[in-house]
Amino acid sequence: MTDILSIDRATKRRGKQLTLDGVSLSLAAGERVALLGHNGAGKSTLMKLILGLTSLDGGEIRVGGTKPGSNAARLATAFLPEAVSFHKSLTGRDQLGLFARLAGVGMTPVADLLERVGLADAADRRIGTYSKGMRQRLGLAQVLLGKPAVALLDEPTSGLDPISRMELYAIIDELAAQGTAVLVASHALTEVEARTDRIAILRKGRLVANDTLASLSRRAELPTKLRIRARAGEADRIAADTGGQRVNGASVELLCTPEAKMDQLRRFAAMSDAVEDIEMTPPRLEDLYRYYAQEDAQ
Amino acid sequence: MIGRILAIARTEALIVRRNRWVFLATLIMLLFALALTFAGSAPTGTLGVDRLTVAVASMTTLSVYLAPLLALMMSFDSIAGEADRGSLALLLSYPAGRGEILAGKYVAHLSALAFAMIVGFGTAGAIAGATGGASPESVTALLRLIGTSILLGAVFLAFGYMLSGLAGSPAAAAGLSAALWLVFVVLYDLGLLGAVVVDSGGYFTQHIFPWVLAANPADAFRLWNMAASPDVALATGMAGVSASLPAWAAPVSLGFWLVAGFVLARMAFRRLEP
Repeated sequence: MTDILSIDRATKRRGKQLTLDGVSLSLAAGERVALLGHNGAGKSTLMKLILGLTSLDGGEIRVGGTKPGSNAARLATAFLPEAVSFHKSLTGRDQLGLFARLAGVGMTPVADLLERVGLADAADRRIGTYSKGMRQRLGLAQVLLGKPAVALLDEPTSGLDPISRMELYAIIDELAAQGTAVLVASHALTEVEARTDRIAILRKGRLVANDTLASLSRRAELPTKLRIRARAGEADRIAADTGGQRVNGASVELLCTPEAKMDQLRRFAAMSDAVEDIEMTPPRLEDLYRYYAQEDAQ
Repeated sequence: MIGRILAIARTEALIVRRNRWVFLATLIMLLFALALTFAGSAPTGTLGVDRLTVAVASMTTLSVYLAPLLALMMSFDSIAGEADRGSLALLLSYPAGRGEILAGKYVAHLSALAFAMIVGFGTAGAIAGATGGASPESVTALLRLIGTSILLGAVFLAFGYMLSGLAGSPAAAAGLSAALWLVFVVLYDLGLLGAVVVDSGGYFTQHIFPWVLAANPADAFRLWNMAASPDVALATGMAGVSASLPAWAAPVSLGFWLVAGFVLARMAFRRLEP
């Protein structure tokens, strides 16, 4: 697999502080990668570097083999800034038309794209009358112009209602299916969890994780939570036997490592006289994120 | 490249038209030009020139104030506003260079300004000529006034872009533009006037003052129109200064500021990190 976007030990200084410290990350065509991190972790700086809007202090970035900021790289890259806004006097069609002309694809795809993001009815209204979600969808429409090789989406779900979020992820899937490498910076962890192939986590300018969700959870060895609902009066005995924690009267909660999980399950299955039900919660992205992104981890 | 400049110019033209900027600028030019033409028509007889000449003289004084003002008001928001909205980063992620973006905006704003000047001064001049007589000389003076007003506006458009690129926010850009206007159009002349009064006809007044005056694009504009038309100079009472300078001084000054303004604007824009 060839990498359409390759970032090699990218370093960026702001004054004396390192905003990005030797970050290496690659995206192959059609890959969807979530970029997570606290505010100020360097997500937006990384995107600006990929776009060539600011210069590197060390390392190298290649977009489709070319330097960021070159015409070829700009043509290959689509960008959705965080909370984007446009001139209020222009209509959605004017604004998208400008981008289409700059991208060299002409006005032909504009009407279809406005339709695709649900702005067909508002196409000839001024952007000043748009809601935040509509502006965000207009921003999304310009990402779809001209089949980009790389799409950088900075907090694309901010300001979107749940239905629009679903549509956004459908569009991301569509982009990936046509071969676009998609890098999504997001705070909406639960959505990212289901909708991306790989997760990269930045902490204070360093890449602290870059793998699939499954591998990350294996490496973090975060415990799986078992919740056992006991038959009447048996909860205390189960808690005492297994060292679990009594919760809400009839249930016992127990944390176990991924390796010990099957042994524990067999044990409870054998206690069919005392156990009514077992509920199993594997570690969620939130737990993983906390594990990797927090100061005291590792 | 031309295609991208035109795409940006087209969009900016839509914005100035929808903002009613073209309409307002034209209206302001027209009203002031008409008012001055008729208010200033009284001394026609005493000076022995036709009404159009007097009108051009009045409109020259008007344009010194209005052309820079309209130009700065059109341009101050153009970069700072985009940066503020977050659309500058997006625009720069497209294959449009910063020079192309600047050129596109310039084409649109200059066209709007030129339209206002041509309609405003043209109409007032036509009415003055029709009611009070005109001559080939005074028609040439009117055409020169329109052309140099557009050039003066072009200089201050470039200044506006420069300030817009330097200022961190649209509000700061507006403040800087107002200050720049005040300095070039009002304070500079006041300062020189004070110096001339103190000097009372000495070496400074005779040899340095005209050059210092010509170095200011707004005054260069005034001098150009005076020097080229003795009648207009007579009507504005600036015959003395324009006579002591070579004819090329004022055009060179305006030309220099036009290029310098654009270079400075380009440099300010290059420094800007969206």
